[in-house]
This record gives sequence, C-alpha cells and structure tokens, in this order.
Amino acid sequence: MSILINVETRVICQGFTGKQGSFHSEQAIAYGTQFVGGVTPGKGGQTHLERPVFDSVLEAVTETDANASMIYVPAPFAADAVIEAAEAGIEVIVCITEGIPVSEMIRVKAALRGKECVLIGPNCPGIITPEECKIGIMPGNIHQKGGVGIVSRSGTLTYEAVHQTTMHGLGQSTCVGIGGDPIQGLDFVDCLERFEADSQTQGIIMVGEIGGNAEERAAEFIQQGGVTKPVVAYIAGLTAPKGKRMGHAGAIISGGQGTAENKIAVLESAGVTVARSPADMGLRLKEILG
Amino acid sequence: MNIHEFQAKHLFASFQIPVSKGQVAYSVAEAEKVANTLGGDGWVVKAQVHSGGRGEAGGVKVVKNKAELDSVVNALLGQTLVTRQTGESGLPVRSVLIEEVCAIDREIYLSVLIDRENEGLVIIVSPEGGMDIESETGRAKLMQLPIDVVAGLRSHHLRALAKHLQLKKSQIKEFATLMTNILRLFQEKDLSLLEINPLVLTEEQHFLALDAKVVVDDNALYRQPDIVAFRDDSQEDQREAVAKECGLNYIALDGEIGCMVNGAGLAMATMDLIQLYGGRPANFLDVGGTATVERVSKAFNLILSDTKVKAILVNIFGGIVRCDVIAEGIVQAISEVDVKVPVIVRLEGTNAEQGKNILQHASVDVIAADTLAGAAEQSVKIAQEGK
Repeated sequence: MSILINVETRVICQGFTGKQGSFHSEQAIAYGTQFVGGVTPGKGGQTHLERPVFDSVLEAVTETDANASMIYVPAPFAADAVIEAAEAGIEVIVCITEGIPVSEMIRVKAALRGKECVLIGPNCPGIITPEECKIGIMPGNIHQKGGVGIVSRSGTLTYEAVHQTTMHGLGQSTCVGIGGDPIQGLDFVDCLERFEADSQTQGIIMVGEIGGNAEERAAEFIQQGGVTKPVVAYIAGLTAPKGKRMGHAGAIISGGQGTAENKIAVLESAGVTVARSPADMGLRLKEILG
Repeated sequence: MNIHEFQAKHLFASFQIPVSKGQVAYSVAEAEKVANTLGGDGWVVKAQVHSGGRGEAGGVKVVKNKAELDSVVNALLGQTLVTRQTGESGLPVRSVLIEEVCAIDREIYLSVLIDRENEGLVIIVSPEGGMDIESETGRAKLMQLPIDVVAGLRSHHLRALAKHLQLKKSQIKEFATLMTNILRLFQEKDLSLLEINPLVLTEEQHFLALDAKVVVDDNALYRQPDIVAFRDDSQEDQREAVAKECGLNYIALDGEIGCMVNGAGLAMATMDLIQLYGGRPANFLDVGGTATVERVSKAFNLILSDTKVKAILVNIFGGIVRCDVIAEGIVQAISEVDVKVPVIVRLEGTNAEQGKNILQHASVDVIAADTLAGAAEQSVKIAQEGK
C-alpha cells in the first residue's frame, strides 16, 4: 500500500523553472512520478519539461488536479510557498528548503492547523514510495519496493538505511525524510501511526539525532501501544558536544535536553531495538523479520 | 548567532526595555571617559564575552574609584576569560561594559525561548533571579508559560506571571508594558533566546534589565542586517569561523581522526562509529551536497590545521553527486594540499564502483574502504599505528 504518496499521486513543483526545481522535477519524471506541472510566479502560460507552468498553486490545482507539491523555493519565500500550497488544497506538501526562519515556521504551523493537508519538512530530502512516486532529492536507484517503512530526520543517513534494507532484500514501502529543523511538519509519531496502519509495511526503521524530543514522543507513542510492528532505531550524535548546532538547525543539545543517550534509553524502554552502529540498521531489522 | 551584553542592551533600549545606564569601552581611556559621563563614585565593570558565568570567573567587578577602574579594566582587556561555559580555551576580552551601580530591591529571572514542543514561545520566570537559578532549588522556583503566537500575550498571562513573581499591584502596569515590549523585540528581531538575569526592581520600584543575553536565529540573519553588524568573530572558534566563510559546516573536537562527510546526520553517525571502534573524532564536518575539488581541498586544509589528526576518514554517500566525480576530486585535492596523513575513503551510491576504481588506481596514497563499518575500523587502527 505505502503511505502518503503512491503511483496515483499528482505532483507539481513550486519553484519549477529554477535550477533546483528543474533538476529535481526532471529526476522525478525520469523515476516515473506522475508529474503534472509546476509554479513560477510570472511565468504562467509557459511550458517547461513538456509540462505547463502556472503563476499560482491554485491555478495549477484547478487545471491539473494536482494533490502534492514539492517546494524548491529559496528560504526567504518558502514559508509563503507552503501556506500558498495549503490554501490551494494541496494534500501533501514537501518542503525541501533549508534555512527558513523558525518564527516563519511557527506561523506556517499555525496557519496549517485545521487544514486537510500534510507538511513534510522543511529542510528535508523529501518522500519516496519506491517504484511509484518520488518527491525529493533522494537517489531513486538505491530504493527497492518492499516492506520497510523508513522515517528519518536526516538526508544521507537515510540513504544508508535504504541501502542496507535493499542489500538485505527487505526493500522499502515508503521513506519519509521529516527533516532537520526544530519546527517541522510530520514528525516520527505521525509516520509511525501511518506505517502501523499500512498493510505493505512489515517493519520500521527510525533514524533520529540529538535535539528536541521527537524521539521521546515516539517512544511514548510506542509504549502506549501505538505500534505493534517491529521498530529499529538509530540515533546519531552520541559524540556531539553540548550546545553546538550540528549542521541541522534542530540538532542541538540545549540545557541538557535532547541528548542521544536519553533518546536511546527511552526508545529501548519502549521495546525498540536501537542499533549501536549506523552500519547495522538493516541487519537489526532483518534479524527480527527473518 | 550570539551578541554581546552591551549590544543586547542597545536592542532592549530601542524597544523601550529599561536597562542599566552604561557604555562599552575598548580601552582604559575610553572606560574613564564613560565613568566621567556616568558620574557617581562607583561603577560596574563587565567583561564582554559570549558566555555566561562571567561573574564567577572574575569578569564582573564593582569598582569604587578611578584607580580601581583603571586597574580592573587593564587586567580584563586583552585577556582570555575562562568561565564554566567556555571550556579551557576561554574567550578573548576585547571590550568591557562600564555601568553605573544600581540600588536594587529585588532580583527576578526572566527568559523567553522558542518552544519546540508547543510550536510557539515560552516565557520562563522566577521570583528569585541571580546565580542560583541553575541549582535544584533555583529550578524549582521556575514557572514556564507557553504563548501561542496566534493568541499572543494576554492579560491572563500577565496576571499569572505577576502572581508567580509576587509583584505588587502597583508594579503590574509597568510589568505589562515590559513584557509586551520584550515579546515585540523577540518577534521582530527573530530571536531564539532572550534572557534577563537578573531583571531587577530598583529601590524606586522600577524594572531594569541588569544583564541581557540574546541569541538570534541564524536562519533569519538575511533579514536582520543590523544584527549581522553585531557579529564578533573573535568569540568564535577560529577554525569554525574560517569554515563558515568557505561554506563548510565544521566543528572542532578533541580526537585524532578527521572526518569529511556529506550530510549532517551521516557526519554525526560517522563520528559515533569512530568512537564505537575505540577512536575519537577530531571534528564534525559536513561538506554538503557539492563536493568539488575546491571544497574538498578546503575541507582537507581545515581538518589538517588540527595537528592532532592522525588519519582522515572521508565518507560520502553520493545521491545526485556522483562518486566517480568525488573520487577524482579527492585525489586531486590530496595532491594539491599535500596531505601527509593516511586518508581512508568510503564511497557509496551513484557510480560507487567507478569511484572506488579511481581511488585504487590513484597516484596518491588513499585507502578505498569497502564498507562504512570497515572504513571506520580501519581509520581507528591506522590512527593508533600512527601514534
């Protein structure tokens, strides 16, 4: 089944004619994604990559019936792009952009309350349902259709989990990069819930890191019976020094909160198998699934 | 981004948040001038460094006359202040803030932070401000009040804060104005943290920020040019500052195995893996999505500027970036930079096989590792042999 996106999802790109937008739209099309057009304000009416360009998301949705959008818009304008997509009725909004001010994201989340849409990101690699739909910057060719649901705050570390599960013959149902920012759309719990309800997903890999309490909330959710399928987690940042922002805006241990040790401890208490090495995520899950 | 206390107080003043009277000085002569302007017969001298705990470290002193002022300022300027937050290397004192002494009735603690969990702001207050705030008893007196950005700061929030702070009825109006201005500053200047410890009530029963700590959201600097002008690179680790200029994300650590990785999560994981095999990472370095020869060379230079480095582990998972292109870049960089320590490279992803081939046949000495675990294990062994 997969979660959130599949072969029927109709995708547009905001920032369509820009360098990043163009490149990744091309990649999405090559992967077989149902890519129906894009938005670049001021260039409506043009054609790009053999698809229509629109001035606004609303016009794009009206004309193409698009229900998902990938956003490759620079940080100063990305929050606006997310809100525009939500107001236009896009159901799955994938914001790749890194560097959006936290105050803007707080406003975005407030604006999205009560709307029927889902935000993934920002500062994320995107989401992919192998062999059906790719919305993001991940390399499609390392993925394989299968039974592992992957949810991760990271980019390239996610690809390690994908690579390992492909090598072990497990494959992936859907891989969601929730991103590295402190205020974001879907979190671990949102994805775990969906993986639990998805018939194709047999096991889950959760890739976390220092900062915030998303992993702790996931542990609580699992503890309360929210997930019965096997979960393997890996938490990056055991060696990260306190108080330093480790690349991702959200990857910071502040006031003693958000340490990798604590996340590992609460996850293990909840029955999650925590891989001690990033090279063993796939192996740990294979051992459980057989 | 951090700013100095005197800069934070400038900001406070521009938002009508009362601060102690004073001015920054960069020399003894300037300090004397400030003291003259302030008048009186006693001043507070505060070392301006991006760190808390300055008082305990001897960075805050009350002086009773000009002679003492000169002596204290002279002792502080140009020195390195080591506080419980700076680590042993400390921070250079380039300036001091000279302020008038205030007659204080009460000390309160107040801070405003981004609340990740509730996706809004949180106001934290305590009726007993000062140094003890971090002790267990101190923490027990803290009250946290989440503020939703749509609802904003409301009267009932102010009543709750005032009650916890044990304010008198006559102080509430001024407190309300103060809180409104603080939140306005927080939102308009894209702060991620604002801390006033202590926020005092003077003997005349007026609020005054005796100290001011402000951190600005790095992601918002593009729209806060006046804050960018406050930047003080002397307060940063010099290698980290240089890295930032090159567009590299670098954090110095204590170990002997240098790391170069694409992606922050993978970079942290690589550091952790090194530790798992008994080694210690020398740094965090996210080389990002474009591994050109120039970038890789700059990264090698940065890693090697740390003389403790005995081996370098390069871990690249190529997505859009092709491993053969990266391999060529690494080989060229190694020869250009004349890297003298062993370099272990692990490539995976797009064109990984071609990349490995290039490394194996390269004229420079580079070890092509087959797996992530193998690469880490090898790096640790090689670094140990190199000792």
